[in-house]
Amino acid sequence: MLDIIHQYWLLFLIGSYPNGPLGGIAATVLLSVIGIGLAFPLSVLLALAQLSPYKALRYPATAIRYLLRSIPLVMLIFGAYFIVPIILGRPVAGFTTMAVTLVIFQSVYLAEIVRAGIESLPKGQAEAAAALGMGYWTRTRKIILPQALTNMLPSMVGQFVTTIKDTSLGYVIGVNELTYAANQVNSAVITQPFTVFLVLSLAYFVICFALTQAARLLEAHLERRNSRTVTHVTLNAQNAPAAGHSS
Amino acid sequence: MSFLTEYGIVLLQGLAITLALSMSSWLLSFAVGLFLTLVRMTKIRAIEWAVLAFVEYQRNVPPLVHIFLWYFGVSSILPENLQELVNEYHGEFIFAVIAIGLYYGAYFAEDIRSGLRSIPKGQQEAARAIGLSYAGAMRRVILPQALRVSIPPLLSNTVMLVKTTSLAMVIGVMELTYATKDVASSTFRIFETYAISTALYVVVALTLLFIGGWLGQRVRIKGR
Repeated sequence: MLDIIHQYWLLFLIGSYPNGPLGGIAATVLLSVIGIGLAFPLSVLLALAQLSPYKALRYPATAIRYLLRSIPLVMLIFGAYFIVPIILGRPVAGFTTMAVTLVIFQSVYLAEIVRAGIESLPKGQAEAAAALGMGYWTRTRKIILPQALTNMLPSMVGQFVTTIKDTSLGYVIGVNELTYAANQVNSAVITQPFTVFLVLSLAYFVICFALTQAARLLEAHLERRNSRTVTHVTLNAQNAPAAGHSS
Repeated sequence: MSFLTEYGIVLLQGLAITLALSMSSWLLSFAVGLFLTLVRMTKIRAIEWAVLAFVEYQRNVPPLVHIFLWYFGVSSILPENLQELVNEYHGEFIFAVIAIGLYYGAYFAEDIRSGLRSIPKGQQEAARAIGLSYAGAMRRVILPQALRVSIPPLLSNTVMLVKTTSLAMVIGVMELTYATKDVASSTFRIFETYAISTALYVVVALTLLFIGGWLGQRVRIKGR
């Protein structure tokens, strides 16, 4: 195991970078950051549309939510892989396809978190802001979102972990990332598939576990802070989406 | 129309395998989840620690990597006669079930545990006070209440599980996504093929949500 790490650590870390496309852990992290970073503004708009009093906004946004949440990411990746080049009329790099797909996919899931964050705020906040004469955008930007987003931070870190795990699917369309690098190593070593894939899973574990723990610390910190103030908001990323809780 | 009659059947066969894969993995997940939760309640340090390590490992590694590790890795270190046996009975299907089943087993364990934690301690104490054994109290008093509370999170993870079975295509299980890709690349009717498969996945997901909602209503304890 150690000799494989010793021999191929650079391939695991950055792929064949100076001589080829960026790959390995670096590409995985880059894809995830792009995915979640660009998905975030979209998700706020999507969440606001889902909560909008206007049917013309609410219905399409809700339809997108149900549609994208019920198809697997792999299907979406393959769909984008085949369809985007036809629409654009020119070939598109796997990395770009993957990034675009991730942004679309994650914005829907992030929107669930944003929506839960907004809904968990006491109604009085929006009403008080309206009573002070603020318009919709002012009160959303200055009153609602700042409070909702702070409470949502732990869930968003959790979603970032999910995104990192999702980037592994880039493998199916040949994107150079960590899983792809491990398969390259596997075909170079040939005789030890178990060790190679064990190293791969440990690499993902170290990255994701560190972030998961960070999210937990953050959650505990926010909980302590919230219990000191009047508003007490608890968010649960896992259970918030899909069917509403009634327990 | 000829497209539908000719290739619709291929997609439906894919759907059938997706459903078979989902059901097998679900059963494994539920068994693993329940087992982990119960074992963790024994309050023995070493066991608790082992369960925690297992759950964290499963949840922090992508399902695709789990599938690779089982299909390419574990299968290569099995004894030879076992390897042959597994390969004879669709090894890719079996390893996909194990990988996905264990992955969601960890999630299910958390869902069930959160249900257990929502049951007041008095329930256990009262059950013991009227003479039930620990196991009896668990089976007749605590679990029936806890599993009801766990239905919504279990449901959303079940929908996720069905979607995750699509990853089995990378090791050659001919489920719906595999069939879709196959039909799309052999007929070049890309839009139609993806539209049909998307519709099939949406139907499966909505059916699950509907059944789950109905089940939640059905087993609800009156007056709560």
